This record gives sequence, C-alpha cells and structure tokens, in this order.
Amino acid sequence: MKILGLDSSGLVASVAVVEDDNLLAEYTVNYKKTHSQTLLPMLDEIAKMIELDLQTIDAIAVAKGPGSFTGLRIGSATAKGLGLALDKPLISIPTVDGIAYNLCGSGNLVCPLMDARRNQTYTGLYEFCGKSMEALVSQCAVGIEEIITIVNTFERETIFLGDGVPVFRDYIETHCQVPFWFAPAHLNKQRASAVAVLGQQYYASGKVETAAAHRPDYLRLSQAEREQLEKQRQAEKGTSL
Amino acid sequence: MKRERNKMEKKDNILILAIETSCDETAAAVTQNGRTVLSNVISSQIELHKLYGGVVPEIASRKHIEKINQVIEEALREADKTLEDMDAIAVTYGPGLVGALLVGVAEAKAISFGAKKPLIGVHHIEGHISANYIENPDLEPPFLCLVVSGGHTHLVKVNDYGSYEILGRTRDDAAGEAFDKVARAIGLGYPGGPKIEKLAKEGNPMAIAFPRAKVADGPYDFSFSGVKSAVINYLNGCKMKGEPVVAADIAASFQNAVIQVLIEHAMMAVEEFGLDKFAIAGGVASNGTLREGMRRACEEKGVRFYHPSPILCTDNAAMIGTAAYYEYLAGTRHGWNLNAVPNLKLGQR
Repeated sequence: MKILGLDSSGLVASVAVVEDDNLLAEYTVNYKKTHSQTLLPMLDEIAKMIELDLQTIDAIAVAKGPGSFTGLRIGSATAKGLGLALDKPLISIPTVDGIAYNLCGSGNLVCPLMDARRNQTYTGLYEFCGKSMEALVSQCAVGIEEIITIVNTFERETIFLGDGVPVFRDYIETHCQVPFWFAPAHLNKQRASAVAVLGQQYYASGKVETAAAHRPDYLRLSQAEREQLEKQRQAEKGTSL
Repeated sequence: MKRERNKMEKKDNILILAIETSCDETAAAVTQNGRTVLSNVISSQIELHKLYGGVVPEIASRKHIEKINQVIEEALREADKTLEDMDAIAVTYGPGLVGALLVGVAEAKAISFGAKKPLIGVHHIEGHISANYIENPDLEPPFLCLVVSGGHTHLVKVNDYGSYEILGRTRDDAAGEAFDKVARAIGLGYPGGPKIEKLAKEGNPMAIAFPRAKVADGPYDFSFSGVKSAVINYLNGCKMKGEPVVAADIAASFQNAVIQVLIEHAMMAVEEFGLDKFAIAGGVASNGTLREGMRRACEEKGVRFYHPSPILCTDNAAMIGTAAYYEYLAGTRHGWNLNAVPNLKLGQR
C-alpha cells in the first residue's frame, strides 16, 4: 500500500511517500516561503528522486485541519487536484493527530500545541498503546489554561510539541503540575510521513473519501460568520427582554 | 515560466481545461481552439455573500474548496471530454482575492502535475477581454476594450493577442464598486449593479446633476468615488431638508453620470488611436444602458461595437480558456511554483 502524505497546515510544508513499512521519501521545509510556491515543487522533486509513478499511489492523505486557513486550502486543493487527476481517494487526517503521531510509541502522554492566535491553541491529548494512538482529548481549539488543567488531572508525564510551544512555554512552566518536557526538533512539527502512516491505518479501515467530497476542517468559523452570529445572538437577546 | 514557441507540436484541435476562482464564482470550462466553448460551468456564491452586503474573502475561499472538484468534473462531463483529452490546464492567477485565487492555482497545478499536462497561468482581465472573441469570430486585435467590473475599470488598447497597453484606469473605486456602494446607500442591497439598472428604468437620468470627475493628469483615467460621495451627500441633504427622496431618479442619474464618463473616455480613445473596433467586458458590461450608449456612440463614429453575452461578462472560466489558448500558441508555460498574484498587472509575465 502506497500513500502520499501532505501537510501544509502551519509554517511547515511537508510531503512524503510511504509504502508499507518504508518511508520512501519525505521533504519537509520550515521556512517563510509560501506553501503555494513550495508544496508542489517539493512533491515534484521527491517524485523524480524515487521515480514515482503517480498511478501506483493508493490514496492521498492530507492534514485536514486545524491550521492556517490558507495553508489548509493549499494542501487540500493540492490533494483534491491530484485525486481528481489520478482518480484516487483522499484520506483526511486531523492535523493535531498527525503531529502527535510523531511520538508514536511514547509511554508518556502527548500534547501537541499549535498557535491558533486569538488566545487559543489547537490541541489535543494522546496516549499510545504500541503503534496505536488513542485521543484522550480529540483535537479542539481552546485556551492554554483549559488544556493544561486537563493535562494536570491525568497526573502523568507529558510531552509537549508543536509550533505553540514557544508561544505557551512560560505558561506551561508556571502552571503545569505534572512532569513534562518538550519534544526535540526532528519530531516537534508537522511531518507528512506521520500523516501518511496514519493514512495507511485509515485506508485499511476504509476511512477514505472522494477527492470531490474532501474539505478542510477549520475548527473555526470565519470572522464574518462569527460577527454575524454574535449580531443574531444580540438581536435574540433584545427581543426576549 | 518559459516560452517554447518552436518546440510546439502542430495539432488541429487544442483543448484547454480552464479554472477561475478569483472572486466569488467557482468556475471551470473546456474550450476548443480558444473560441469554441464546449462547457462553461459557474457555481455562484452570490446568495451567500448577500447576507454580508458584499463578498467576504474567507467565505469565498471556503466555498471554492468545497465546490471546485464538482465544478471541474461537470465541465469535463458537459464537454464530453476526459482530462486525458486536454492539451493544457489554465488557471486565473491574478488579480483577485489572494485566498480565493490560491484555491484555483493549487488545484490547477495539482491537476496538471497529476495528469502530466502543461500549466498556463492567465491574467483575469486578459480573460475578460478575451470573452469578446468567443461570440465574435471576426474580432482580431488591434482593438480598444473597456473592462468594467466590481473590481476593475480599465481602458485598454489590445495591440495583439497577449499584448496590452493600459490607457486609463480608475484612481479609486471601480465602476461596479460604485454601483454596489450607491445601491447600499439607497437601500437596494447587494449586488448593486443589476438592482440600480432595474430601478433606473423608472427614473429620470437628468433629474440630478451628479459630477463627472475628470482626472487632471490622466485624460483616460477614471474616478468614481466623487460621484458616489455626491449621491450620499445628496441623500443626507434631502434628509436634513425633509425633502422626499426619489430613489429611481437617484439610480438613473447616478448610472447616467457613470456611463457618460465611460463613453466619453472610450470615444476619446477611439479618436486618438483611430481604431475601428471597440469592445466592452466585465460584469458591468452586461448593463443594458451602458451597452446601448456605447453602441450608439460607436455607430456615430463608424466603429464596430463588440460585447459578450451576460454569461460571459460575469466571472467565468470560458474566457480564461480563450485567453489561455493564445498564451498556449505563444508558448507560455508556468512551473509548479506558480503563485497567486493578487495585484497582477495586465501584460505582466
């Protein structure tokens, strides 16, 4: 089974091809250039390196969100375009699950933290039983206080990772009451290989979708929709008084 | 991007799949040899944006990604072609809303990469101008073209396919934008263009003398924020004096002020450059009063007047496919690093 993995949900752009138990190629860049300019050239590069016949791919796994709205759409549109051209199914991987899976096999709890701005983090809490990962808290957008409170209740050693770590480090160091540490550089950001390996598991259990049906999962409304909802709420309050 | 004019193989029927997502329409089309449209699918989000009184960029981008594959698949199905039949994949890469453009650009790049087809990035305005080729087989450059839409107001001299000279442009609001803002001011809602046009039919275009701004250092440039402000001032004046407001007269007089300026500039260019063909394009080009005014002005000057059908005035992908065909012939090919360029200049490559 050969899975192409894509992740452009954050600052990192990453593409990988995983076949059964082998990572054939992975290209990850964490640099300011826009994903629109990097993602497909990176895929082109690794495809040439490993003489990849695109038709031999079984499915395309993509980090579906949360993340940067534009970044997610670049990844999704790339996956959808490939799916359409190659007539292959897509696999939508929750971004936070993908980050957590970098630490597959850990005996500690794993808590990815993405910087979600607006005083929030995209996060979740995971534990591993061998290769299989279980979400104790599924990915969500919450304040750092909320997730650290939950981490504290588990009373287990916890590894934090993700681009939210530098943002929330001070808070964690002052408020986290369980033993904790931060994942090292090679494991602490989005990696398309992790997305692709989770993709294999999804594929094996039939969790695939058509390229047409795939859409990002932002975990958040757009600003205009939020303001509209707020207006409606205010209006309803006004009429109920 | 590189041009490889000489390496091109000769082929009778060039089929292009074109994608357009620069604003609030998700569109895909299949064109044959540029001027024959085999399919032209447009999924409009207009109902959604009405709720907000205008296009919300983030919502537009979200809708594009949800609809894009269905729209492309429908375009291929309607054309009765497969991706394999295509000679190139074309996409609008600017100008427009960056988030919206990026969906089409990333999708088109992935399709051309996956299907091993050349990629051609197209300028949105070049698309609008090219819409005139579709229904007018006799139209060939050089000619003059006025592009008027919600985002653009350009008076362009089309020297050749892909070769443009911008004579004038708006210094502030686009003509269509002024229509939207005035419509909002007189309570008509979004989108303003068709609503103003409809209401103006019942009004007197000479009732109120709104200003027709000239731009001192640019004889062909436009300025529409003045007339928009004049409408708002007029409304406020009426309110203060307790005078009744005749919305139909305002609509008719405002529309007249805008259209007269457009026609004057256009005819000035016709005189100066001595061209005998004049075309209009863009969303506002479906305004019946503008068309009629231009047609008459052109007739008086003995100039042939061209305009696309309304469906080809609005944002669509057929026009992108038409523009792409001439780019294809010129050897334009883009690389996998093609990016969306929200303020892309016409003629920039």
